[in-house]
Amino acid sequence: MMMYKINVDRLPELYAKMAESRALYLPIEKNDQVEFHPWNADACVRLDKLNTAKSAKDLFFPQTENLMKFKMQGKNISIEENRDPVEPFVLFGVRACDVRSFDVLDKVFLADPVDTFYQSRRENGVVISMACHEPEETCFCHAFGIDAADPAGDISCWMVEGTLYWKPLTEKGQALTETVSALMEQAGDQDQAKVEESQKALHAVMEKLPLYDLDLTGFDGDHLLEKFNSEKWAKLSEACLGCGSCTFVCPTCQCYDIRDYDNGHGVQRYRCWDSCMYSDFTMMAHGTPRKTQLEKFRQRFMHKLVYFPSNNDGMYSCVGCGRCLTKCPISMNIVKVIKALGGENHA
Amino acid sequence: MTELIKAKVSELLANQTADRVLGWKKGEFFYDETPAVFQAEELDDLVYDGFSAPNLSKYLIKESKKEGKVIALLKPCDTYSFNQLIMEHRINRDNVYVVGVPCRGNLDINKIREKGIKGIQSIKEQGDELIIETIYGTKTLPREEVILDRCLCCKGSQHMVADEVIESGEPAWEAKADRFEMVTKLENMTSDERFAFWRGELSKCIRCNACRNVCPACSCLQCVFDDPASKVQAKSNADDFEENMFHIIRAFHVAGRCTDCGECSRVCPQGIPLHLLNRKFIKDIDTFYGEYQAGADIEAKGPLTEFNKDDVEPSIVKERGGK
Repeated sequence: MMMYKINVDRLPELYAKMAESRALYLPIEKNDQVEFHPWNADACVRLDKLNTAKSAKDLFFPQTENLMKFKMQGKNISIEENRDPVEPFVLFGVRACDVRSFDVLDKVFLADPVDTFYQSRRENGVVISMACHEPEETCFCHAFGIDAADPAGDISCWMVEGTLYWKPLTEKGQALTETVSALMEQAGDQDQAKVEESQKALHAVMEKLPLYDLDLTGFDGDHLLEKFNSEKWAKLSEACLGCGSCTFVCPTCQCYDIRDYDNGHGVQRYRCWDSCMYSDFTMMAHGTPRKTQLEKFRQRFMHKLVYFPSNNDGMYSCVGCGRCLTKCPISMNIVKVIKALGGENHA
Repeated sequence: MTELIKAKVSELLANQTADRVLGWKKGEFFYDETPAVFQAEELDDLVYDGFSAPNLSKYLIKESKKEGKVIALLKPCDTYSFNQLIMEHRINRDNVYVVGVPCRGNLDINKIREKGIKGIQSIKEQGDELIIETIYGTKTLPREEVILDRCLCCKGSQHMVADEVIESGEPAWEAKADRFEMVTKLENMTSDERFAFWRGELSKCIRCNACRNVCPACSCLQCVFDDPASKVQAKSNADDFEENMFHIIRAFHVAGRCTDCGECSRVCPQGIPLHLLNRKFIKDIDTFYGEYQAGADIEAKGPLTEFNKDDVEPSIVKERGGK
């Protein structure tokens, strides 16, 4: 498909045009925090920010959402589906790691039985990705075969010397492009060369990152019991506070809880993100299957690095975005786990 | 400093004063230290510098229940929490040997990043400067510009409790700011402005509970928010009410016991200035019951657990116009 370009000064026009027909979510700074928020003309757009504080998964899998309502009238209960409405939207400025996270979530929510709440948001959303500029030491997407210079999505974008290059990759992306192409110019061979040069420059930077060569040797279904029974979990989990920061900023954590809220004359059933770090995670009538923080901690990493890939053709449920590295209150994270149990420490 | 501490704890382990050490373990990137318990042969990984921010006192609840004696490395600020936990009978004092370590104010990696520093390969503290090697080149920053907010209102370099103190010989770190400045600013806002401020901040909450779990004053075996029977949902920010009330209720619960260690704001992944809620309570307690610093003195009577006939009446809220 054809590549387009637009001067960075004209981006507000591009945003306004897209926002005419649907909600537009961008990395926007509010109260000193950059998250994907709906755009308006006064928004402080931060395309320069490497990663939003929370990931973009909220847009497809919100932290809380309504499922159905039960109404009590006398001895009758009526059930009403009252899912939150989903309208077409554009998600602009997603990094390569976060784009990959949607593939991970798809494996969970679009597998049989399909989760129609997630599905309707996926169908209604157009993902516009953005190649990275200055990756951080906490980035390790390369370990999962992700190319930060060539992000997937419905449309890929590159920012090079004050120009945004825009390339549709899917039919959905092409359809959106047609609604805004009047604002953009068609890119030529020279432009293509510029994008390629910026990609090369980024690759050179990526190679210098300390976690570029993070070695995942040993994390697969064949070593499940060996990893599960490792004595190292005790030390690794020792200081874990059992909070949910890592899981809630993670783009791939997909566990949820379903709860009923009794408002006195009816019940609202909703679902909300859950965290394997929490004391009531997978609580059953007989209690919790993982009583200690060691077991909870181990579950999180075994799921991402062993169970998930062994059930999904080798796809890890980590994309190397590095959010948990920066957000964990005690700086214990998946990289430290991988280094302790994998690579050269893989027995 | 790390070497000084290692030498001291090696000596204490060798002479059997204690059998293990609670300290900070070095990380991948020079700033990502993790609290850890070390045996004598594991001390290579022990580190102490500006990034040794985690307050270790709360870990002693669990650690002091084990057999043997643990050396706890505590910064001056951490000793207030330790004392408070002693007062609340959470820590078994007999099983802890407190080694006070000097503090020059902790460094804030987020402030370093806000200075546009990315791709960090190493950070060296050299006097009052930080030398930061990044994949984009070497950068130098004045230490004082990237100090954690809580340390700008430092409570002082004295340890409130210690079995021994390691001296650094360096000049003591001192407070640079008035800790009630922002509280006063909030009090002087109209109630609408104040509401807007807190809605803006609290609406960022993702209910990860990091503030609660790190808080040394939050030591309930099971938090009310984690009890399904309470019908409160600890992990969902379903509506504004939940986001607001969780933090406000928590601040009430720790009022009079909060030492202002600032861990809540340090660990918040969303950058919510939670300590301001606690400081408001501290300021009010100081005003109504006389100056009180939780954790300074284990013999002191708690301002909210001690009744005096001249205590203020609830009507004070109205008299002060809800401030």
